Amino acid sequence: MTMARLPKTAILVAAGSALALGACSRDAPEELPPAPIGSNDNGMNDGMNDGGIVPGSRADFVQQAGTDTVYFETDSHDLDPESRAILDAQARWLVANPGVRVTIEGHCDERGTREYNLALGERRANSAKNYLAARGVDASRMTVISYGKERPVALGSDPASWAQNRRAVTVVPL
Amino acid sequence: MAPTLSLHRFLRRLAVALMVFSAGSAASAQENSGPIEGDVVGGISNPSSIAIPDFPTPADVGTPAGNTAEIGRQVAQVIEADLRNSGFFNPVARNLLRRVTMPQVTSPDYPAWSQVGAQHLVQGYVQNGGNGRLTIGCYLYDVFAQSSLDRAGYEVDYADWRRAAHRCADMVYARLTGEGAYFDSRVVYVAESGPKNNRTRRIAVMDTDGANHRFLTNGQSIVLTPRYAPDGQSIVYMSYLNDEPRVYFYDLASGRQRTLVDSQYMTFAPRYSPDSRYVVFSMAVNGNTDIYRVPVSGGRPERLTNTPGIDTGGSYSPDGSRIVFESDRSGSQQLYVMNADGSNQRRISFGGGSFATPEWSPRGNLIAYTQVGGGFRIGVMRPDGSGSRLLTNSWQDEAPSWAPNGRVIHFFRTPRGDGLPSLYSVDVTGRMERRLPTPVGASDPSWSPLND
Repeated sequence: MTMARLPKTAILVAAGSALALGACSRDAPEELPPAPIGSNDNGMNDGMNDGGIVPGSRADFVQQAGTDTVYFETDSHDLDPESRAILDAQARWLVANPGVRVTIEGHCDERGTREYNLALGERRANSAKNYLAARGVDASRMTVISYGKERPVALGSDPASWAQNRRAVTVVPL
Repeated sequence: MAPTLSLHRFLRRLAVALMVFSAGSAASAQENSGPIEGDVVGGISNPSSIAIPDFPTPADVGTPAGNTAEIGRQVAQVIEADLRNSGFFNPVARNLLRRVTMPQVTSPDYPAWSQVGAQHLVQGYVQNGGNGRLTIGCYLYDVFAQSSLDRAGYEVDYADWRRAAHRCADMVYARLTGEGAYFDSRVVYVAESGPKNNRTRRIAVMDTDGANHRFLTNGQSIVLTPRYAPDGQSIVYMSYLNDEPRVYFYDLASGRQRTLVDSQYMTFAPRYSPDSRYVVFSMAVNGNTDIYRVPVSGGRPERLTNTPGIDTGGSYSPDGSRIVFESDRSGSQQLYVMNADGSNQRRISFGGGSFATPEWSPRGNLIAYTQVGGGFRIGVMRPDGSGSRLLTNSWQDEAPSWAPNGRVIHFFRTPRGDGLPSLYSVDVTGRMERRLPTPVGASDPSWSPLND
């Protein structure tokens, strides 16, 4: 098992999540955040240890579920059969690892306005969350967050890039 | 940190006795001193030629803002840039401008200004006061009619000399166009830097001409959609602090901030009521987004919409009685108007594509919006939905914000691919599109009220 076997999206999401961990107090946004919780010294703990995958880790989740990401049609939050199959696999892992809490990120492509996309991303994250809950994952273990169109993984302004950006990502903590 | 600027109008008009013309000339002078020729409503086809020579000083004195003679040169240039950028004026090239002596400030050499083709003339002076402040005089003349049109004096702290220049430009603009003033104002926006998939965003404020720029947040958290309070004292914006996207209230004088409402759900899309006492915002709960309003001072949010779907982008009418917003309840994003209590919701947009980010003009006569369909374009329509027309045509133009005079609109333009967005302004006729200078990329502009 090498890093190369992880989907590209998972690596990008990992980097993005580390940056987003600004654990300041609520009324003092100017403070610098402490190091991300659970990170080791080099900040690169992705669940691999001595060449093996740590059970319950993000790498374990991605390997077992196949992917942490499901994709959506334009301006839609409907889950197609492929997405449901992915979420079924994610749900099996989450049920088997009941101690793990996850954040489900909703994302959009750039073709919606900023505020509308915040709402649309929230819809997509909730689509995934509600599906996982229906498959037995306790809703209290799942937090949703919408990034609208503010955190694309593909930078182009073309249909292929947009398709990659319309997504919900189930993020297991590092 | 509201700058203090005391304004005292000088004698608005010289005595009619100054008239040295025949009755016939006086009649034509009357015509020429009205609003400038050129089609103000339909466009800016014929900018008026105006000369703004350097402002002299009665005594060149060093001040914390520089020598008064140097300030006088810069004041003239700030006025010139404001007037040019409005699209209504074509300033005479500076190398054609004559040096003005102090006595000439109140007694212009009309034939000389006529020779360089100036229809109007702005003169003034900069004087260091005994009270540690600057006095800047501003005089507007009609060169053809050889008459004084208006005058004003501004006493300002040294640091505020640019404000006096903007006020002078505002006086000229308002007197000659009949439109309301807007140069002496600020913009709050999102400063953007870095690649699209790892972008740093900071709230920043600046004068409308780009001067006096400063950052309000440090870029640690994603920040979006700042809005200037109509009283100029605070802003509201959205921050992802602690990975909890919420609306924050930021007091500009103290720099203190707090969440607008305590919520376990995402709150976003804030906008002030015209009296700055309420904020209308959106909250997303389990995939359903509705519009709420809450007193800025705190208290329980009141829910204004209650339909399945995405209701967001609320913006008050200037009298506070109504709110325009966007909703996809019909299947696509469209504009709706409701009473401020949420009653009587009705759709007003019916054109092709979808409509988003409405902002009601401070004049009340128009609503600006983003039209989505292919790309994004900025448009305006009347509050009943009639008379819609597009003002811009680019890949992505988004999020219009009105100038205090309801005549000019700011928005942001995003290029295809990985480029940074920029702020632009456009006249309500669709002409005079212009990029605003910012240190880095920029989005989500919100125009302040006219400084007091």
